[in-house]
Amino acid sequence: MSTSLSVRSAGVMHWRFVLQLIFTLAVCAFMIVPVLMSVLAGLTENYLVGLSSGLTTRWIAEVWGLYADSIWLSIYLALACLGCTLLLGVPAAYGLLKCRKRWAAIIEELLLMPVAIPGLATALALLLAYGQFHGFRGSWLFILVGHVLFTLPFMIRPVLAVMQAIDVVRLEEAASSLGAGAIQRFFTVILPNCTSGILAGALMVITLSVGEFNITWMLHTPLTKTLPVGLADSYASMRLEIGSAYTLIFLLMILPLLTLIQWFGQWAARRASRSVQ
Amino acid sequence: MKSTFATLPQVAHREPVRIRLRQCARTFAGRQGQHTALHPLDLAVEPGETLVLLGPSGCGKTTTLRIISGLEQPDAGGEVWFGDEQVTHLPIEKRDVGMVFQNYALFPNMNVAANIGYGLKIRGYSAEVIRQRTGEMVDMVHLQGLEQRAIHELSGGQKQRVALARAMAVQPRVLLFDEPLAALDAKLRDRLRIDIGQLLRQLGITAVYVTHDQAEAMALGDRIAVMEKGRIAQLGTPQQIYHQPATAFVADFIGTVNRFAILGRGQGSLQVTGGGLPSDYQGDASLLYCRPEDVRICTDDEPVAVRGRVIQRFFLGQSQRLLVDTGAAEPLQVDSSSRQHWQVGDAISLSVPADALFAITGNQTQPHAGEKAESAAGSST
Ligand SMILES: Nc1ncnc2c1ncn2[C@@H]1O[C@H](COP(=O)(O)OP(=O)(O)OP(=O)(O)O)[C@@H](O)[C@H]1O
Ligand SMILES: [Mg+2]
Repeated sequence: MSTSLSVRSAGVMHWRFVLQLIFTLAVCAFMIVPVLMSVLAGLTENYLVGLSSGLTTRWIAEVWGLYADSIWLSIYLALACLGCTLLLGVPAAYGLLKCRKRWAAIIEELLLMPVAIPGLATALALLLAYGQFHGFRGSWLFILVGHVLFTLPFMIRPVLAVMQAIDVVRLEEAASSLGAGAIQRFFTVILPNCTSGILAGALMVITLSVGEFNITWMLHTPLTKTLPVGLADSYASMRLEIGSAYTLIFLLMILPLLTLIQWFGQWAARRASRSVQ
Repeated sequence: MKSTFATLPQVAHREPVRIRLRQCARTFAGRQGQHTALHPLDLAVEPGETLVLLGPSGCGKTTTLRIISGLEQPDAGGEVWFGDEQVTHLPIEKRDVGMVFQNYALFPNMNVAANIGYGLKIRGYSAEVIRQRTGEMVDMVHLQGLEQRAIHELSGGQKQRVALARAMAVQPRVLLFDEPLAALDAKLRDRLRIDIGQLLRQLGITAVYVTHDQAEAMALGDRIAVMEKGRIAQLGTPQQIYHQPATAFVADFIGTVNRFAILGRGQGSLQVTGGGLPSDYQGDASLLYCRPEDVRICTDDEPVAVRGRVIQRFFLGQSQRLLVDTGAAEPLQVDSSSRQHWQVGDAISLSVPADALFAITGNQTQPHAGEKAESAAGSST
């Protein structure tokens, strides 16, 4: 009896181990290996020959020479997009929280539209509506509009979720009973208690903005090219090594950016809790 | 203003203020049209008094409290007065009220001391004053040593103490409580109820306290307003509410009542189902009521008594409650000493002192309460 039980539990253990192993291998195979291959390709002298042709940073330098502007533009764009979604998204989340359930549902769905419909369609609509304003159309602000449209729900949703979870309305009522006006309430109670949602939103917005291709590809001009558009260019028109070197640069840019935001969020949360003591 | 605060070490308060509501109604637009949460209501809370709003869920207690606080506006025509000042259109932050909520509503981004000092900080007091005043509040609610704790590190009772201290730190004109103890367990609730009662007496501040717990209402209220379906069913002292309930609804809601349908009148006695009661009641009510603790268990040879059989027995610790079948539709509820040995099926004789019997006269003013009394009368014959 006891032996059969231990055999069975050993069997369960065994199966669990196998499943975990398969999962881990799948993650490696589809997430890590391709990235490593791509990075490696960007560093080899000749990908067709293989690693034996030697390692080089030549491709990286070449990409940097060709696309430095795109890279910087992407970063500026992502930060500007973050700024806009913060300014629009946090108050919007608060508004959604306060307004009636039915309206909130409709507005949220409208906000999700640019995510749900293909980016090409959004971009086309923007071109139809504002394409004739040449100054605007040719500037990076035009792409910014597209990015903000696309990323706004990703800021609103986590912020709204946090607001609902901590019952911001009740907290605000308490603050107002203690004499705090609307602005004071916003900065002393609402904002500091929503940092986790804002941080989650900010990470999404930056990532999505830097990687956004569909809308940007339609809206860009030769002078307003972002990283992914440049990447598509180089894959299409140049050696595989250059495209791969591009990926490498992409990774080098985005990883520190995300780490920085995460760190900044933690710092802000710590500072907020210290400043009120 | 700041200087008086700085030189005010003890927890003294300003002149208490009278709260008056005049014709305050509240209608909500619902999916199926208008929904009246509160019928036009007149209410006065005397300076320094603790008024308890008591009633079942959904009767409009919170709505009334929120109208007083300024979180909710009465429908057009309603007025809210604090003393001689009309505050109907003043937002809550200008009304100078302290509020304690059921789920505490403490700020999670601040520690205990910062929560308590928040109102003072908003009012622009110096760090020194805030520190001193916060210290006094911490002492007052017995939270010494927890000043630097984060909110999530507190127990429910401690949280509610912080909320209490936070509301009182700014010395509001009025203190408002919305079921502050409802989320706590029974033992803690009793403890904190006593503390709050003591504080309110000491401070002499005008307070409105919402609860659906009658024991809490009795213990804390100078007066109690029993609410039913958006109206005040009765307003009076706890004694009045308990011993002279104005409507059947109030009698039922506050504690337990026994009903006797009067079948006939004898010389100094009333005929009821199962026997008689000694009483020279001359009124025209067809129903008389009494509380379970007023029913007396008597010897079998008592001439005028109600006789029945014990059908159920609940041991409550300090007493036991017997359900006695007398032939009426509802069994009589009788409290007796927990040391007496009663068994289900025992024959029992009961009597009620004449002064413990009461009639309910206020039914006419409350149509729905009247319906209830009628159905009760119908069922007990
Ligand atoms: N914002 C609102 N919108 C619509 N209806 C409301 C709103 N607030 C309250 N009501 C309704 O008004 C009535 C009274 O509500 P209120 O909150 O005052 O009850 P309460 O006596 O405090 O009940 P409880 O003991 O459950 O807290 C209820 O029927 C409720 O559904
Ligand atoms: Mg309520």
